[in-house]
Order: sequence, then structure tokens, then C-alpha cells
Amino acid sequence: MNTTGTPLVKRGMAEQLKGGVIMDVVTPEQARIAEDAGAVAVMALERVPADIRRDGGVSRMSDPDMIDGIKAEVTIPVMAKARIGHFVEAQVLQAIGVDYIDESEVLTPADYAHHIDKTVFTVPFVCGATNLGEALRRISEGAAMIRSKGEAGTGDVSQATTHIRTILGQIKKLTTMDSTELFEAAKELRAPIELVRETAELGRLPVVLFTAGGVATPADAAMMMQLGADGVFIGSGIFKSGDPAARARACVEATAYYQDAERIAKVSRGLGEAMVGIAVDSLGAGDLLANRGW
Amino acid sequence: MTRVGVLALQGDVREHVAALTVAGAVPVEVRRPTDLEGLDGIVLPGGESTTMGKLLRIFELLGPLRSLLAGGLPAYGTCAGMILLASEIVDGRRDQELLGGLDITVRRNAFGSQVHSFEADLDVAGVGTVHGVFIRAPWVERAGPEVEVLASVGEHPVAVRQGHLLATSFHPELTGDERMHAFFVRRLVAQAEGGAS
Repeated sequence: MNTTGTPLVKRGMAEQLKGGVIMDVVTPEQARIAEDAGAVAVMALERVPADIRRDGGVSRMSDPDMIDGIKAEVTIPVMAKARIGHFVEAQVLQAIGVDYIDESEVLTPADYAHHIDKTVFTVPFVCGATNLGEALRRISEGAAMIRSKGEAGTGDVSQATTHIRTILGQIKKLTTMDSTELFEAAKELRAPIELVRETAELGRLPVVLFTAGGVATPADAAMMMQLGADGVFIGSGIFKSGDPAARARACVEATAYYQDAERIAKVSRGLGEAMVGIAVDSLGAGDLLANRGW
Repeated sequence: MTRVGVLALQGDVREHVAALTVAGAVPVEVRRPTDLEGLDGIVLPGGESTTMGKLLRIFELLGPLRSLLAGGLPAYGTCAGMILLASEIVDGRRDQELLGGLDITVRRNAFGSQVHSFEADLDVAGVGTVHGVFIRAPWVERAGPEVEVLASVGEHPVAVRQGHLLATSFHPELTGDERMHAFFVRRLVAQAEGGAS
């Protein structure tokens, strides 16, 4: 008897992506460049976060035709984004057979109180988190993979740094607590005690932890890995740069060999212009995408 | 001390390292050609086979690993690792780098996309009943005359052995059951060390 959609199959899928780079792509041609560069998966969307930020307006799930076009072009997994809380967008993405759904703060939220109940889906979900409590709440709703949120579409890595450091720092703190203290920690984190205990025992999240948001250079990617991420999402950083194919390859190599500064130096040469970017401290609090999610 | 390498370019390396330790081997993460020295066997983990193939070439491991495998180094590939060991693939990228050695043709993502990924119990010859986790898994479309089929799903082989090479389309490293790794270490690696076939 074959069973699909189990937690093991969903979480196990993310385990296969570890040490890799997942790239945002908006056309089949970009998906081809990403696969050729060695991306472990692509995120199919209509506009990269930098353009979403520039254009404003409401940002939604991509057209299924556009996602199908990308699926037809590559053999690596294809992910797609649904709005926070928009369970019907998620149903549609599952129906067209995407490999992973990102319930993403980069799109305009559809529900300001609830996230999607991800346990009822066969397709696995990745969700963003700025801290451990948020990560564990997403896992309790069924997320099979977590990505720390940066500030998408800025090319400024500082928020990604803050959030991965926060999550991993909070986990480290949990591992020093006794069983009594864990109850209080669960209350403070607003997360189920079972997940808090499991995380404390493992010394890491029970699912794979990638990082995302603002990664624009090979050195950024390697820094996220050295800080303790299992892998990296790169959104606008590749296809908003001067030479996407070269930058994509360089980011893949720097992620695989994140501890080897000489190799990172070698792949960082002659990549052309990085995305111009926006410094996060020039944005108002209302412009911060990372604040979306509850 | 049996030293078994785990190709650590990308994929579920940590899980294989843990399984090999329980199976009684000393795991060694392999990232550069010098890491291949003194290994008694090597595990090619699950991950993305296109990514691993590219990194094998970029980091100059493709040639050295091919000659070690051809020279009889025991190897066990799971999922993407099975694809890397195959002599031929269908439904893959035409330019995909393979290590080869196993006389099989594999079909990538044979069961479909992630929504079709599944768990199932399998009878694996020489091991027993194993809980198989199949994630966007390949299957064996053609097995050469020297290839022993150890387990199948329907009519498609999902665990095969040819001499010193072992491959499964499923991921025993995800289940906390070390028997496939123990089979690899105690049968294939020990045999190669003992000089038997």
C-alpha cells in the first residue's frame, strides 16, 4: 500500500535540497539558466520581489499557464507561491502539480489572522519566519520546511542575518533549559510544547531551515551557510543583476563550498553588476514584508 | 575501521553520516579529491542529480570518482545517487553528468511530481522488509544481465546490485533504519576488502 503526502515524504523532500540554492524565475528561459547553473529547485513567479516592491498593488499567485511553462522546461523541482492564508490558491497549486508551495509574505496576505492549514494538503509547504516561535507555529500548521525571512527584493542581506541569527540563537537557548523551563519557553514562544521539546532535543528545527531575502552575492550566500542555514533562496539577486548565468553559477558554488574563502573569492570575480538594491533602513515599517505573518 | 565516504556536495548528507555510524562504519564527508584517499567505500546521497553532477565536474571529482568506481570501490547510491551510478538515463537532461558503472537505464522522477511521492513497505532480497520512502524517485527502466534486482515496485526495479555497486530509488537514510547501510558495509565493502567478488 503506497501512502502519499505523509510528513516524512514532505519533510524528506526538503532534506534533498540541503546545501543548495533555490532561485526565483519568471520565465522558462530563466528556469533553464537556473537549472544549468546547478540550482536545486526554482520558484516560479510572475514578478520577482524587487519588481513587486517597485510596482506596488496586490500581488497574487502566478497564472497556472506560466507555472506549467516553467515545469515543462526543467527537471528540477518547481515551487510556487500562495498568499498567506489563501488556501484556495494552495489548492490550485496542488492541483497543477507544483512540487512545493511557499506560503509567502512577499505576496499580499489574504488573511490577517490565519495561515493555511497545511496538514490537509498532499503537497509540502515552506513558510517564512523571523523568530523561533513563528517557525514552530508554521511547523505546527504543517509546514515541512522553514526559511528565515529577510527583506525580499532589497538586495540588503542585513534582515536575513538578523532572522537566521535570532532563530538559531533561540534554539541554542532552548538546548540549555530543563524540562520545567521548556514549558515557560513554549508559552513565551507561543508554540506547542511537543515541538519546543523536540527542537530542544535535536538542537535544531525538526525540519530543514533555509534562509531568504536580500541575498545578492556569492559571499552573501556563503555567509548564510556559515551562520547555520541548510540552504539559500535567492530571489531578485540573480535575474536583477548584470550577468545572471554567471552569478547563478557563482552562488551555487559558494553555497556548496561555503567554508572555502579562496573558492568564494575565485567565483566572486568578474560577475558584473549586482542588483542595485535598497538599504532596509531607508524603508518605512509599513514597507517591510517580513512583518507579514502571525 | 571501515572508512566510508559520503559525497557531501549537496543533499541529505547528515542522514547518511548518521546511518553509516549506526551501521558500524566511520563516515567521511567528501568535498574535494583529496578526501577520496583511503576510503573503503562511498555513499552517493539523495539530492538533485543535476546539481550534484555539475558540482562533481566543477570540483574535479568526476574523473577521480569514475576511476575509483571502475577500480572496484564499493558504492551505494540512493535516489539521486542511483541516477549518478546509472550508465544511462531517460527523461533527464541530455548533458547531465553521470558517474556510471551500473548497467541500468533509470527514469528520473518516474513516479511523478512531489504530490506522488510516497511511502511503502518493500521486500529487499538479502535485507528483509524495508520501509521505503520515495521522493520524486527514479525507477530502473532496464537492468543489464549482470544486475541483480533486489526489490521492485510493481514491475519496476527500485533496488539493484551489480558486484560492488548498490543503488536504491528510496531513502533508507530518512527512516532511522540502518539495515540497508549495514548490508552495504558488511556485504559489499567487507567483500571488497576481503578480495572476494
